[in-house]
Amino acid sequence: MTVHETRTRHGDSKRGDASDGAVLAESVGGRLSRVDGPAKITGAAKYAVEQQLDGLSHAVLVESTIAAGRVRSIDTAAAESAPGVLLVLTPDNVLRLNTATDWLGTPPPDAPYCPLARDITFSGQHVAAVVAERFEQAVAAAALVKVSYDETPAIVDLDDPKAGDGIPIDTMTKEWGDAQAAFASAPVRICAAYNTPREYQTPMEPHGLIAQWQGDRLTVWEPSQWLDGMARTYAEWFGVPFENVRLVSPYIGGGFGSKAFAYGYSAVAAIAAKMLGRPVKLAVTRPQTFTAYGGRAATRQTVALGADAEGRIQSIVHRGVNETSVDGMWVEPLGSVTSIMYATPNFSSRQNVVRVNTVVPGALRAPGENPSAFGIESAIDELAYEAGIDPLEIRLRNYAEQDPEAKKPWSTRQLREAFAAGAEAFGWSKRNPQPRSMRDGNQLIGWGVAAGTYPVRRAYGEAMVRILADGSVEVESSSIDMGQGTYTILAQTAAEVVGVPAENVVVKLGDSRYPRAGVTGGSRLAGVMTGAVHKAASAALDQLVGLAISDPNSPFHALQANTLVVANGHIRSPRGDGPEVSIAELLGSVGREQIEAMGDTMPANSTADDRYKNYTTIATALSHTEGDYSRHSWCAHFIEVRVDEDFGTVRVSRVVSALDSGRLYNPKLAESQWKGGIIMGIGQALLEEGIVDRRHGRIVNNNLADYLIATNADIPDIEVISVGIPDLHSSVLGGKGVGELGIVGVAPAIANAVFHATGKRVRDLPITLEKLI
Amino acid sequence: MRDFSYLRANSIDAARQAAALPGAMLLAGGTTLIDLAKCGVTEPETVVDITHLRGLDTIAVDDRGAMIGALARMSSVADHADIKSRFPAVSEALWQAASAQLRNMATFGGNLMQRTRCPYFRDPANFPACNKRSPGSGCSAIGGVTRGHAVLGTSEACIATYPGDLATALVAFDAIVHLGDRQVAVDDFFLLPGATPDREHAIGPGEVITAISIPASAAARRSTYLKVRDRQSYEFAAASAAVGIEFEADGRTIRDLRVALGGVATRPWRARAVEDALKGKVLEPDAVRRASLLAIEGAADHGANHYKIELAPRVVARAILKVGETA
Ligand SMILES: Cc1cc2nc3c(=O)[nH]c(=O)nc-3n(C[C@H](O)[C@H](O)[C@H](O)COP(=O)(O)OP(=O)(O)OC[C@H]3O[C@@H](n4cnc5c(N)ncnc54)[C@H](O)[C@@H]3O)c2cc1C
Ligand code: SF4
Repeated sequence: MTVHETRTRHGDSKRGDASDGAVLAESVGGRLSRVDGPAKITGAAKYAVEQQLDGLSHAVLVESTIAAGRVRSIDTAAAESAPGVLLVLTPDNVLRLNTATDWLGTPPPDAPYCPLARDITFSGQHVAAVVAERFEQAVAAAALVKVSYDETPAIVDLDDPKAGDGIPIDTMTKEWGDAQAAFASAPVRICAAYNTPREYQTPMEPHGLIAQWQGDRLTVWEPSQWLDGMARTYAEWFGVPFENVRLVSPYIGGGFGSKAFAYGYSAVAAIAAKMLGRPVKLAVTRPQTFTAYGGRAATRQTVALGADAEGRIQSIVHRGVNETSVDGMWVEPLGSVTSIMYATPNFSSRQNVVRVNTVVPGALRAPGENPSAFGIESAIDELAYEAGIDPLEIRLRNYAEQDPEAKKPWSTRQLREAFAAGAEAFGWSKRNPQPRSMRDGNQLIGWGVAAGTYPVRRAYGEAMVRILADGSVEVESSSIDMGQGTYTILAQTAAEVVGVPAENVVVKLGDSRYPRAGVTGGSRLAGVMTGAVHKAASAALDQLVGLAISDPNSPFHALQANTLVVANGHIRSPRGDGPEVSIAELLGSVGREQIEAMGDTMPANSTADDRYKNYTTIATALSHTEGDYSRHSWCAHFIEVRVDEDFGTVRVSRVVSALDSGRLYNPKLAESQWKGGIIMGIGQALLEEGIVDRRHGRIVNNNLADYLIATNADIPDIEVISVGIPDLHSSVLGGKGVGELGIVGVAPAIANAVFHATGKRVRDLPITLEKLI
Repeated sequence: MRDFSYLRANSIDAARQAAALPGAMLLAGGTTLIDLAKCGVTEPETVVDITHLRGLDTIAVDDRGAMIGALARMSSVADHADIKSRFPAVSEALWQAASAQLRNMATFGGNLMQRTRCPYFRDPANFPACNKRSPGSGCSAIGGVTRGHAVLGTSEACIATYPGDLATALVAFDAIVHLGDRQVAVDDFFLLPGATPDREHAIGPGEVITAISIPASAAARRSTYLKVRDRQSYEFAAASAAVGIEFEADGRTIRDLRVALGGVATRPWRARAVEDALKGKVLEPDAVRRASLLAIEGAADHGANHYKIELAPRVVARAILKVGETA
């Protein structure tokens, strides 16, 4: 394929695309389409709970109907005698497991772990489970399990008078200068409170698993963002060696942070499989996905900004609160964007965590940065209006030339370029700052801007690259592809390094028997895994070339060359003299079945224990400010909304976002991820909210008809512009994070646009119609 | 969902007989029935499948009106050229309802019988108290999450909103439900909750909706369905209005006006007070806005649904002005 063909086939190379305009689709930086796409759209891709196993039985959960109290008794008689029932699990008969190490690597307490609760701390907690021959039988029998409770008053949410101020999290405290005094004496000041509700990941594929024991070996088919982390959890729960647990997860129907851990229901299925000696499938229902694991915690922030008359920030005082569960700890770092987005001589941020009767909250696309940006990026807009300065101009006036918190230079920060490119494409200069100054009939039109950022999270990775007898290349890793494009970019990486067409590379992912990988979360996977594959593929290529040069049966043997070139699957000398043979021919003539090379990016002196830790916890992850630089992705969103003045309905009519994710390994896939983040951000801004019945402490809109996420009709054309440049401080090949960046800053850009349209500042998400009529 | 027996009816009479048995329920598109069975709300002992009955899916439109078979799919009716031209409000109510997939499955008859989206009604395991589900058990919604609940036609026993769009258009244009030979005006087909919210429709055991007819009218021809909601698609109405206008020869004076509200009442809600206030008057924005306030006469909120009282008259006014202004 010529360069020209590639470019016309893969279409629009976007303006500002940082990748070299002339890259082949198949090389790193090319716009290769998703290699797993055909399998997904034809249904050939088999998801976890679609596995067909002999003797498969079905488990269904019974959940608590109170939010706080204790299970008095569980009457299982009717369920046990129901047709097809094999086992009814309750806290009384369920196998006791060991408590497992957590994801941070914290050693577990020496206490048993029981996934079925007797002490109830939230509504929807698992209290029992029924396993039957058929799914329908299990459902029917689960309804026959009678649980009686002693109920105690619940703390239902952050607004509950019993909730109190919560627990100060000292590690979240960030202070420099004298923020309170500087705020008090600043000539221009704003102070406001910003709230975000409980939000949920709502992946298209709900959670679930099939567990099967063979002796003391456990196989689990389960959608997973972290095979090795989850395998470790199962191994520790059951006290079997890590190697005895095999996690299989080749395809994942979206995770958004929710599929990195083995949860209570996972344990229930694995226990049932062990007790019954046959495979057990447990599919979490959509309503159960709202309580079987946690969504984003509800948050409250107050942001006080003091500035001089020119809008230069003198002080930022930030206080944040997020909810966590009664017995678990989740800290949603609310000061994470607040402390780095703008230069300020005085700063104070503190955070408390409040225990309420909820499932322990979890990660949802850009945990921390997302709500943090809603606070600071709304507040700076308010400051702009208070100071009478254009919202874009005030951001440039307060541009942080270095990391204000770490006091280190940025590795790269193309945020100024993002503002410029976005403003130009959007037409920001034509904006009349006056609220309610644009309308089209009944529609008030508003334009808003906000910035976003996400840190570059780094870890070490390993991969196996094989060059096979037929000249094809195989890549193996236990990392995963949940739609972001791992299969594709690893094929591109191996293809480029070895010198074969990408279609001749087979990437195998999602099996814990493959070389290990850390969590796919925090937007780190692409940077980590392209680095590892690059290394392994380079080693494989070296072996190939070495063979070709030195093997007596090689057609190149006589040439006495120092090196050879491999391109398009063929080997030749750099000068073009001598033969040109395919990789397959060479391996044939030297009599080799395959060449294989393992590569990892761990420090050379790493011990086996270091490696195990690196892949099964995040304890060894490198800080984004480690060394001389502070590393982050950056973006600027420019958004137009139309608000119906009578109805209060908000529709997003235009989005232009300029983003700096460093070098893009595949611009097409990066753009899709950015857009996906922006789409989720639109839903977050306008629709998404877990609604709690405050008498029962229960989420009542726990289904996709009532928990609203954006539909196609809610999404306008989205223009994304890449302004990144390669950042070799961030990753081996120069990329920074992509997956989470896009959502950060969307909600405040929309809230700011709504203010511009209507003159009403909505500080509570989502911006539903009753807040505007 | 518990096990049930499945029976495929091969004639309407057989369907009637089977449906009269205790615990039997008709199955049309299944989009309400299966959904509620999964929630544990309906527990049929026998499911009587009527989708194989012949001749119940016809759509016939002539100068007297439309006759639509109970098994006609929502999508087929929405796309029907004569429905679009003679009853635009009906077509618009249909295509703004649910999602494309649901509209392809769901039937005209089943649509009338859809149940409320009250979250307490839909979750028996967690909320045993629901007068609609189990008479006399109480109402879990009152005092709870009421954002979607009704402000019109409520009772102390139940405040659940009738969620459908189609029936709102049907009551505006005096449609008739055909239960075989028996005919019931759509307006009488939907019952107010009163003390018996479990009784929602004027239909007896063993009765089958066979067709719905809509008389032709000038107002139906010049009509619209305006649906307001936070999400642009695939959401029930926060408030909606079906409106049709017939002008006198002067093109300004209102001869006939039909107004019905959706998403705000316990049943499809004909707003005759608005109609009466404007009939004989010249269409004029301020007068329309004033008259539209009559749509929510007697409305009472339960806190979080207060916005519906503000919203509904605005939706009515916009819809009247919209149809009034189009040539
Ligand atoms: C997620 C979701 C969103 C939706 N959104 C909307 C919306 O925005 N607007 C809207 O208007 N609707 C909406 N709906 C409701 C949808 O329109 C109804 O579910 C559908 O019209 C029901 O038709 P059906 O043929 O599937 O009925 P079925 O489920 O087959 O039957 C429904 C009920 O009617 C009875 N029945 C069926 N046919 C007859 C008959 N001929 N005679 C007597 N009784 C009969 C059945 O026994 C059953 O009790 C939504 C539904 C879902 C699930
Ligand atoms: S409003 Fe009606 S349907 Fe809802 S809980 Fe109360 S009685 Fe049941």
